[in-house]
Amino acid sequence: MQLARVIGTVVATEKIEGLEGVRFLIIQPLDKTLEPVGRTVVAADAVHMAGQGEMVYFVSSREAAEALPVRFVPVDHAIVGIVDDVHIGAGS
Amino acid sequence: MKVGNVAGTVVSTINIPLLDEHRLLICDIQDVDGDPDGYTICIDVVDAGVGETVLILDEGNSARQILGIDTGAIRAVIVGVVDELVVDGEPRNVT
Repeated sequence: MQLARVIGTVVATEKIEGLEGVRFLIIQPLDKTLEPVGRTVVAADAVHMAGQGEMVYFVSSREAAEALPVRFVPVDHAIVGIVDDVHIGAGS
Repeated sequence: MKVGNVAGTVVSTINIPLLDEHRLLICDIQDVDGDPDGYTICIDVVDAGVGETVLILDEGNSARQILGIDTGAIRAVIVGVVDELVVDGEPRNVT
């Protein structure tokens, strides 16, 4: 799982079967110092609550589809949690 | 599996139900030379602490098998704390 920041939304009415009701958000992956790293990706929102500007963590590859109500849907990134806090270093 | 170092923790209240009962740790992954090779957020099942060198399993089916579940969006799990690491006959520092 990786950290990311929600930077936008994707609206699509016509979707493949199994993705009805799934929200898609544009996320910018972050490194552990919370700086942007790599390219933005579109991720399904499995927590249904992630919003613009929030820090989230997401799972990639086949495991992303496991987070959604219908399994084996063609999704390769899914937001699985909203971050309250990140502690780096001793005392974490 | 990969070798990494626990760098910190992630605190999260809102998440998929599966993650409710698990600690999440941020781990720096080491390459074969001991240099950093990115990071990953892992589920901890061995009570690893910050600063420790750990063994990370980064594969979904094995991760689900460890947690005893058939489905679930998890992939990276800390499965061991490393006591000793030897590469090409040279002992590496582990913490």
